[in-house]
Amino acid sequence: MSDWAVDVRDLTRVFGSFTAVDHVSFSVPRGEIFGFLGANGAGKTTTIRMLCGLLLPSEGNGTVSGYDIIRDYEKIKLRIGYMSQQFSLYEDLTARENLEFYGGIYGLTRRRIRERIAETLGSLGFSGHADTLAASFPTGWKQRLALGSALLHEPAIVFLDEPTSGVDPVSRRSFWLLIYRLAERGTTVFVTTHYMDEAEYCNRVAIMRQGRIVEIENPQRLKERYGAATMQDVFLKVVRGEGQ
Amino acid sequence: MNRVLMAIFRKEMIQIFRDPQSLIIVLVMPLLMLFLYGYAINLDMKRIDIAIIDESRTPESRSLVAHVTAADFFHVTARDIPTTSIGELFNARTARCVLIIPGDYASGLAAGVDPQVQLVIDASDPNVAGFITSYVGEVAAKEGAPTASASPALEAAPSLFSVSPRIFYNPEMRSTVFYVPGLIALILGLITTVLTSIAIVRERETGTMEQILVSPARPRQIIMGKILPYTLIAFIDGLLILVVGSLWFNVPVKGSFLLVNLMMLIYILAGLSLGALISTRVKSQADAFMRAQAVTNLPTMMLSGFVFPVSSMPRMFQLVSAAVPATYFMQIIRGIILKGNTISDVLPQAGILLGMDILLVALSVRSFRVRLE
Amino acid sequence: MDPIVVRGLCKSYGKVQAVKDVSFSVTRGSIFGLIGPDGGGKTTLMRIIVSLLSFGSGEVFFQGRRVDREPDYVRAHVGYMPQRFSLYQDLTVEENLRFFGDLFEVPRAEVKARRERLYEFSGLAPFGTRRAGALSGGMKQKLALSCMLLHAPEVVVLDEPTFGVDPVSRADFWQILQSLRDQGITILVSTAYMDEALQCDRVALVYKGRILAADLPARLPDHFTDPLFLVDTDAPLAAYETISSSALCRECSLFGEGVHFTLAAGAAAEGVAELLKDRRASFRSIRPVPPGLEDLFLLLMKEEIL
Repeated sequence: MSDWAVDVRDLTRVFGSFTAVDHVSFSVPRGEIFGFLGANGAGKTTTIRMLCGLLLPSEGNGTVSGYDIIRDYEKIKLRIGYMSQQFSLYEDLTARENLEFYGGIYGLTRRRIRERIAETLGSLGFSGHADTLAASFPTGWKQRLALGSALLHEPAIVFLDEPTSGVDPVSRRSFWLLIYRLAERGTTVFVTTHYMDEAEYCNRVAIMRQGRIVEIENPQRLKERYGAATMQDVFLKVVRGEGQ
Repeated sequence: MNRVLMAIFRKEMIQIFRDPQSLIIVLVMPLLMLFLYGYAINLDMKRIDIAIIDESRTPESRSLVAHVTAADFFHVTARDIPTTSIGELFNARTARCVLIIPGDYASGLAAGVDPQVQLVIDASDPNVAGFITSYVGEVAAKEGAPTASASPALEAAPSLFSVSPRIFYNPEMRSTVFYVPGLIALILGLITTVLTSIAIVRERETGTMEQILVSPARPRQIIMGKILPYTLIAFIDGLLILVVGSLWFNVPVKGSFLLVNLMMLIYILAGLSLGALISTRVKSQADAFMRAQAVTNLPTMMLSGFVFPVSSMPRMFQLVSAAVPATYFMQIIRGIILKGNTISDVLPQAGILLGMDILLVALSVRSFRVRLE
Repeated sequence: MDPIVVRGLCKSYGKVQAVKDVSFSVTRGSIFGLIGPDGGGKTTLMRIIVSLLSFGSGEVFFQGRRVDREPDYVRAHVGYMPQRFSLYQDLTVEENLRFFGDLFEVPRAEVKARRERLYEFSGLAPFGTRRAGALSGGMKQKLALSCMLLHAPEVVVLDEPTFGVDPVSRADFWQILQSLRDQGITILVSTAYMDEALQCDRVALVYKGRILAADLPARLPDHFTDPLFLVDTDAPLAAYETISSSALCRECSLFGEGVHFTLAAGAAAEGVAELLKDRRASFRSIRPVPPGLEDLFLLLMKEEIL
């Protein structure tokens, strides 16, 4: 198996006469925290769908977690976890029940589910609250639980969609600590967000514009190059096509 | 004042017509219900399977059989089977009753002796058993009349009933003529409340209510702005059922068509404002729908006089029935369509309905929550 | 009196106190930002101000009138934009605008001109016949803003108007807000994005129903009294884990660029550098940095929690 979590070349996707993704190439090593930024319609979502095995590329090739994105896209789905903005938690189920549910739909055996739940609750710091309804958790806890659900089946790559939007700064940091530790243990993390604060936590970010990647770089380097104080400023400059 | 109301009305109309799926359902459902109820309720009273055993085999006995089976009340499924097989017949539900004409039928009639025509009935459904008995009894009695020339005694027995569907005017049950007007009342009652019950809640759920609340719009404008568009829709429904029902089931409107429409309007408003009232108090569309159903289905079907006569209900139920708008409209519409009632005839009930309209609208406005909690 | 004045406001839902003794006022022709995470009470506060919610105690004035006594006045005169998109998705842009014009009884002689101006202002002109539901996030916000401005309110209350919207549209939106402010409109706006605080004239940090601090955005960081240092590193985790468990640092927070920390009494930045080298946590430099809003918020939150 390659050491690349994602390795794609000339990835292209066309819808009718519209080119949503235009010959995109990049590689993400295992354990990297990789941010995917772009304005609406820039091609972000389409690219991610191709990486997740949800959409076949019109051109190009590559592997995700070692599996070919054209031939083995079904296998890719099993290696991926996904945490959405809306937290996809069932409010009227307890933490444990939510985790059991996700374990079930990822096809884990009951024994494995139990083991993983114990591990997850422990690493998230939830052990004492396993049987509390998700609805009564504060926002910060909800997103940690949602993360736990996405990680239950130990995916090689996890996609986070705006995971900490609206969350208080303290909870946001404990969340990112979790992500850092996760990445250190070899899980690759993809982040898509409009919340430029989150982009700062990534090892590298790719900024898409009109179907192409126009920047792929460490956020701090980007800030230096564009003479910007925040990723927000960098983003605006890149998307507006301003110079460095 | 009016401008705000018109704005809400116009917006609601646009939304209704931009949702073709719901619109089609709202217009087609009543017709489906019309046919469903119209035919289903009648089924038992038509084409009742009968077996005929004619041991007489005379022109007189054949005449009796012909008269009995003339109307489509009966459907002959077996003839001249041995009497011992009647049990099997019933078990297999091949027939619900058996008419046995004795061998001495003709001679009995001629001699002025009451012929013992036997009617064996499968009384597992006592209702049907009752109808069968009366129907056949009347036919047989009338049948006796033509041969009265041979027996003056029988001629003296007046034929009390004529064999036509009208015999069976036993309120609310036996013929399409009486169903159709009742059906109109029923169907309109069932759909109107549901229509508006979700209208207000839906805006709360989607978040648009929060925006309108912070505006000069008053509760009465918001509520009327919701009720009026659906009045139009429900009226079209009512017209549709009225026209289709009356043409298809052959139920001509004896009274004024215009009056029927006017009354329909008043009745519709009652259902719609009830729905609006429900809508001001519930938290979700699902909740609204359930409550609307709960409050209209049973009372309208069972207590309005559609199926069972109000007069034969226990006192307490009669009281409840008096609070059901359909009860009054039932009387109005039957009166106008079947008896040709005029406005003065239906004035009391119309007045009550109008009073209900005003009360329900007032309650809705009162109950409307101007805050978010 | 300032257009919006809040004094000692309290509101509870049963045992939970959603708003705890909040006081602030918004001066005419300025932008006042309520900054803070979800669930902090921003929305509740705004809903109280526009009379959508009742409150337990305190006073709330809108253009000098008590909001609990004259809710109809507030509702007829304020421009309100709720948090979620609150327009009619199946009505077109044009129809939505018309609706709001009528709803607020904007004089017929003026409504057309105002609509035209708003079209220009918002860039929505080419989308007049498009259904509101089919607009992008940024365009939806602009439409909601336009509908709200039709009746020319002098005071405007916006609840997280840039929620979920891409950064470019967000920047555009704030430019619009600033031009409104320049026209003399009073604006109360809430947001969870800290960086938007800098676009306001005055900011209140809201957390758990309380205002932690309120001041001009440039002056707020002054509330952060201790000197702040940055460990500039590409491996923040290692640095964070090292420093957070050390007695040399008082406060320590993870940031994308590295770790922010304050020194414990008697400690020095060099000591921290030594520690990091010892533990083989790589870093490029340690240098003092000016505290930002985030640092302040973190500090205040921790105090609040304690």
